[in-house]
Amino acid sequence: MTPEPPDSDNAAAKSRETSKSSSALLEIRDLRVHFRTRDGVVHAVEGAQLSVERGQTLGVVGESGSGKSVTAMTVIGLTRFPNATISGEIEFDGIDLINLPDNQMRRVRGRRIAMIFQDPLSSLHPLYKVGWQIVEAIQTHEEVSTSEARARTIEALREVGIPSPEKRIDSYPHELSGGMRQRVMIAMALVLKPDVLIADEPTTALDVTVQAQILDLIRRLKDEYGTAVVMITHDLGVIAELADEVAVMYAGRVMEKAPREVLFTSPELPYTWGLMRSIPRLDAPRPDRLDSISGLPPSLINLPPGCPFHPRCPYVMDVCLKKEPELKQSEPGHLVSCHLDVKERQQIGRDLQTLYR
Amino acid sequence: MSQPINNEATNTPRPSRPGGGLRSSVAGYARTTKGVLFSSMFRYIVRRLIWGVLMLLVVSALTFVIFYLLPAGDPAAIRAGRYATPARIEQIRHQLGLDRPVYYQYWVYMKALVVHFDFGTSFKTNLPVRGEIFRRLPVTFSVAIGAVIIWVAIGIPVGIISAIKSRSWLDRVTMGGSLVAISAPVYWLGLIALFLFSKDVGVIKVFGGSGSYVPFFQDPAAWFSSLILPWFVLAAAFTAFYARMVRGNLIETMNEDFIRTARAKGLSERRVVFRHGLRAALTPVVTMAGLDIGTLLGGAVLTETVFNIPGIGRLAYDSIIGSDLPMIQGTVLLGAFFIISANLIVDVLYAFLDPRVRY
Repeated sequence: MTPEPPDSDNAAAKSRETSKSSSALLEIRDLRVHFRTRDGVVHAVEGAQLSVERGQTLGVVGESGSGKSVTAMTVIGLTRFPNATISGEIEFDGIDLINLPDNQMRRVRGRRIAMIFQDPLSSLHPLYKVGWQIVEAIQTHEEVSTSEARARTIEALREVGIPSPEKRIDSYPHELSGGMRQRVMIAMALVLKPDVLIADEPTTALDVTVQAQILDLIRRLKDEYGTAVVMITHDLGVIAELADEVAVMYAGRVMEKAPREVLFTSPELPYTWGLMRSIPRLDAPRPDRLDSISGLPPSLINLPPGCPFHPRCPYVMDVCLKKEPELKQSEPGHLVSCHLDVKERQQIGRDLQTLYR
Repeated sequence: MSQPINNEATNTPRPSRPGGGLRSSVAGYARTTKGVLFSSMFRYIVRRLIWGVLMLLVVSALTFVIFYLLPAGDPAAIRAGRYATPARIEQIRHQLGLDRPVYYQYWVYMKALVVHFDFGTSFKTNLPVRGEIFRRLPVTFSVAIGAVIIWVAIGIPVGIISAIKSRSWLDRVTMGGSLVAISAPVYWLGLIALFLFSKDVGVIKVFGGSGSYVPFFQDPAAWFSSLILPWFVLAAAFTAFYARMVRGNLIETMNEDFIRTARAKGLSERRVVFRHGLRAALTPVVTMAGLDIGTLLGGAVLTETVFNIPGIGRLAYDSIIGSDLPMIQGTVLLGAFFIISANLIVDVLYAFLDPRVRY
C-alpha cells in the first residue's frame, strides 16, 4: 500500500475546518434516497438540504409523500433497505451518518438521535408494559441495573407529565389514552438525553387539546435540555407554534427555507402561498370555500421535468417546464427554489399576507 | 328509609389499621381489581364449561342421528354372521336394543354415560367401550406428541428464517417445499415412507413398518422405531403449514410501527426480531397449535390406519367400517371432548399471552 500521510492529514484538517465553519449539529446536504420497486424507481428524496442547531427547532412542512419522513428515517439509518440507494451527506456532530456502519449507527440511534412517530398506539409494542419498553431503551445503551433503569423510567414519565408514574410504569399501552401514550413515547425518546429529537408528525393522531399539551411539552423539554428538534408536520399551525427555522418540502426537495417569522410574513414560493391560503383564518372574512392547491402531488416515480411544482403552479412560465430551479438565497437566511423574479415574488408574498391583515 | 343510620355510619370514624392510611388503601385497591379480574375469568371458564357439556350432548345426538340416517351396514346382521337366519338376526337386534326407537336408545345410552360414566359395550367384541378407549389413548398420545414436537421444532424455525431471509433462494425453496408437503395426502405420503424406509418392505430397511407398534414400557427402542415414520408423515403437512403461518405473521409484524420504534431505539436487529417481532407474531400461532393438538388427540385416523397403529383413530375407522355404534360414539365423544377442551385452554391462555384480551 502507498502510505499517504500528507493526504489523510489534509482531509482531517479539512473536515475539522468544515465542522468548525458550520455551527449546525445536524446537517443534511444534497440527500437523495431512491427505492427500486416493481413499478419503477421511487425518487423519495431528491437533493434535500436541512440543518439544525443545538437548542433550535427546525420545522419541516409538506404534503404526504413530500419526502419528510423518509428524510428523517434516513438520518437514523432506518431506510437502509436492500432496494434503497442513498447518496448525499448527513453530518451529525462530525460523524458521517450516511456511511456509518450499522453497528455504530445503532449506538447513535436512540442514544444521540431519538425519534417519535405519528401514531403512539401502533408505535408502542402492544404486548409489553410501557415501563419495560423504556427500561429496554436505557439498558440498550447504558450498563445499568434494572432497578436503576426503572427508577430513571419513573423519573422520565414524571418529567413528561404522566400522573402517578410509579403505577403507570406497569401499564400496557392500550390502558393509556392517546396523549399519555405520546408522552410515553417522548419519555422513551428523551430518557437518554439525546442531542437531536426527530418528531415525525407527533400530534397528528391526537385530538386538538392534547396536541397543544404535547407541543408545550416538546418545547419545554427542548429548552430544558438544549435538544435540537426536527419537527416534521403538514400542519403549519404546529410550525407557527414551535419552529425557529422552517423548511418547506415538495417532491423530495427542500423548496423554501427561512426563519419562522420570515416565512409567515414574506413567503416567496408559490407552493408555500398555496399552503398558507388553504388554512382557514379566524381574522379574515369567511370565504365560501377554502382555497386549495389544485392538482395532486406528483408521482415520485415519474416526476414532471423542470420544476416539480409546475403542473400545479399558477405562476408557471416556460422556463419552469424545462429547467429545475436551484435553491438560492434571496435574502440572508431565506432560501427559495423558484424561477420567478425575486422582486415579483417578494411583492406577491407580501400582498398575500396583507390581504389577510 | 334509614337515612340517618346511614349518615351515622359514614360519620363514625373507622378504626384505622396500624400503618394504614394512603398506602394500604392503594394496595387494597390493587387487590380488589385483581380479584375482579380473576373472578370474571372464573365466571368465563364456568360459562364455557357449561357450553362445552351442551356441545358434547349435541355431538352425541348428531352421531346417533347420522348413524341411523346413513345406509351403513346393519349392526345386528354383521354381528350374527354370514349364514344367520332372519330370526337369529332379529333376536340379536333385540339383545342390542336396536329394535327400540332411536330416542329411547339415546336416552338409555346417555343415562348410562352420565350416571355410571359407562360408554356401553362394543357391538362387535362385546368389550366395554370405555376400557378399549383408555387402553388405546396412550397410543394416540404417542403418535400426537411426537408429531407436535417435530412440527414445532422444524416449522417455527423454518418460518422465522424464511421471514428474515424473505425472497431469498432459501425462502423460495422452503416455501415451495412446504406447498408440496401441504398438498401431499397422508395416505400417499405414508405409503411412500413405508416403501422407502420400513424394515419389511422398504428399499432402505431402517424403521419399523406397518403394524410394528409396541407400547413404550414394553420396548422403548422398538416403540421409537415404529413411530418415526408416522410422526414425520403426520407432521409433514403441519410443519409446512406452521412454517408458512409463522413466516406470514412475522413478515406482517416486521412492518408494524412498533418494530420501527424498536429499531429507532437502537436495538440489535436480532433483538428486534426475537423480542419484538416474534413475541407478537407467535401469539396466534400458539392458539392454532393448541387447537391442532386437541384435534390430534382425538385420533389421527389416516396416519393410524396407514401404519396400522392401534390408537383411537384406528379404532374409529374400524368401528365405522363395522357399524359399531357404541364404539363410534365413544371415539366421537372423545374427539369432541379434546377439541372443546383445547379451545377453552387456548382462550384462557390467550389472556395471559395478550394483555389486551379481557373476559
